[in-house]
Amino acid sequence: MSRLPFARALSALVMGLSLLSTGAVAAEKVRPPEGIEIGMSTNEIAITSDFTGADLTIFGTLTNVDDYLQQIGQYDIIVTLEGPRVDTTIRRKARVFGIWINTEQMTFSAVPQSYSMTSTRLIKDITSQQELSTLNIGIDHIRLFAANYFGDIAVLDDFRKAFRRQMIDSGLYQSNPGGIRFVSPSLFRATVKLPANVPNGVHMVHAYLFKSGDFLMEKKLPLRVVKTGIEQSLTEAAYGNSFLYGLSAVLIALTIGWAGSVIFRKD
Amino acid sequence: MTIYLPIAEMSVNILVILGMGAAVGFLSGMFGVGGGFLITPLLIFYNVPPGIAVATGACLVVASSVSGAISHFRRGTLDLKLGTLLLVSGLLGSTAGIGVFAILRSLGLLDLFISLAYVLLLGTVGSLMLIESLRAIRRVAKNKAVALNRPGQHNWVHRLPFKVRFKKSKIYLSVLPVIALGFSLGVLTSVMGIGGGFIMVPAMIYFLRVPTGVVIGTSLFQIVFVTAYTTMIQATLNHSVDIILALQLMIAGVVGAQYGVRVGQRLRAEQLRALLALLVLAVGVRLAVDLVLTPKDIYSIVTGGRA
Repeated sequence: MSRLPFARALSALVMGLSLLSTGAVAAEKVRPPEGIEIGMSTNEIAITSDFTGADLTIFGTLTNVDDYLQQIGQYDIIVTLEGPRVDTTIRRKARVFGIWINTEQMTFSAVPQSYSMTSTRLIKDITSQQELSTLNIGIDHIRLFAANYFGDIAVLDDFRKAFRRQMIDSGLYQSNPGGIRFVSPSLFRATVKLPANVPNGVHMVHAYLFKSGDFLMEKKLPLRVVKTGIEQSLTEAAYGNSFLYGLSAVLIALTIGWAGSVIFRKD
Repeated sequence: MTIYLPIAEMSVNILVILGMGAAVGFLSGMFGVGGGFLITPLLIFYNVPPGIAVATGACLVVASSVSGAISHFRRGTLDLKLGTLLLVSGLLGSTAGIGVFAILRSLGLLDLFISLAYVLLLGTVGSLMLIESLRAIRRVAKNKAVALNRPGQHNWVHRLPFKVRFKKSKIYLSVLPVIALGFSLGVLTSVMGIGGGFIMVPAMIYFLRVPTGVVIGTSLFQIVFVTAYTTMIQATLNHSVDIILALQLMIAGVVGAQYGVRVGQRLRAEQLRALLALLVLAVGVRLAVDLVLTPKDIYSIVTGGRA
């Protein structure tokens, strides 16, 4: 910063008469870096078991934007919602003696259970494949790391492709390019989809800011998805109090079986 | 109208499930069987994960067997000593079966194993029953007296050591075949979700020579306790009992069974057995076809436990 007056003087000298443009260049150098802030109306979503999916709206603002660059669309934003990460196994069947058997399996470490992405335009138009890959943005770039696999890379690739395909088919992975709208030059609204089968747990909203294809910065916000309702309590009981759950299952069965014979008794 | 099954983690049509329960209840009332061997494959056909189908099937058999067990107990038409021996070995077998279940599940071979076991069991039992009942039908047609297949002579089972006297059944029998029978049925309860009445009853009549009067009561006594125990263990260790699914099936099943019993009383025993045999074979064939047909997707994702 201390060198700025000197730089301004130098540029004034070098540029001579083109004072106007020199001023603009200097101003850009002075301009603090752009930033992104995001906010949601809630950081917890309670969903009931008849939930059929919903849209989650995230508001955000860009700070210190250059109005000119903004007008010609040099700023791009990508917003993702990543589900809780778990190790996930995928199996492949092969025909053995005429019948189909799971013969191979692979476990990918810490894979998001759900993934929903939206952006200002197609992500391949926003930045390079390499950058997307480094930042893990987009369904094709979610890192699928098979910790205990040392075999054929082509096989690994087949498993990865099958995994992505199945996650997309089940609606857990989705992308909605163009789902981000600028409300004003600095204010934007992003809509990501929560699938019907959205997993329970802490999800993470990521917002990435790009300028002219270069990644500038990322902001994160946690979003807790809590399933409510009787089905959820049953799931918790089945895993948390499994003995009591089993006992009640048996007692219900005994009661219904016995009650049936009493109700329908002819004599 | 759909309902979410929390353990199976899928939404199902409530009417389909109730229909399945009623149909299986009807058949189990008609043929006097628990229905586990019918409901488990049906659930698998409806894309319920086989592990869940098996554990929930066991739970269902508890409901469909308890009223029969109570009435036989009241009337005293059971051999308590024989039943207890079958029961203890059944509990051991069920425990072993749960272990096998957990190992197969971790290896990704559970679904295959369940299907194969069903194809094998239903194929064998169905064929044997069909042959036997067709013979009986022919005999009836020729107007010959139906000989009760329980001649006095002893077979190899009766030459085994460790003999015990079962007073109620009036038999003097080695404990070994009894334990073997109870144990293997216990294993089947765990890995296939069946009570095993349709195996136990003929095995007791033909191999152990138990008088027919106490066979049904004794087998129901064993089945209620073994399936109840299996449900408990499946729920505790494998978390594979879906109570919502079981509840719908049980309610529909209990109602269906009442009508099944009435229809069953109007049919002749050998016709009934022939029909049951055909049904058993049909389910077995359908499962076999599914094993051989190329699956829609050869890949399957297993979420590695809960977060």
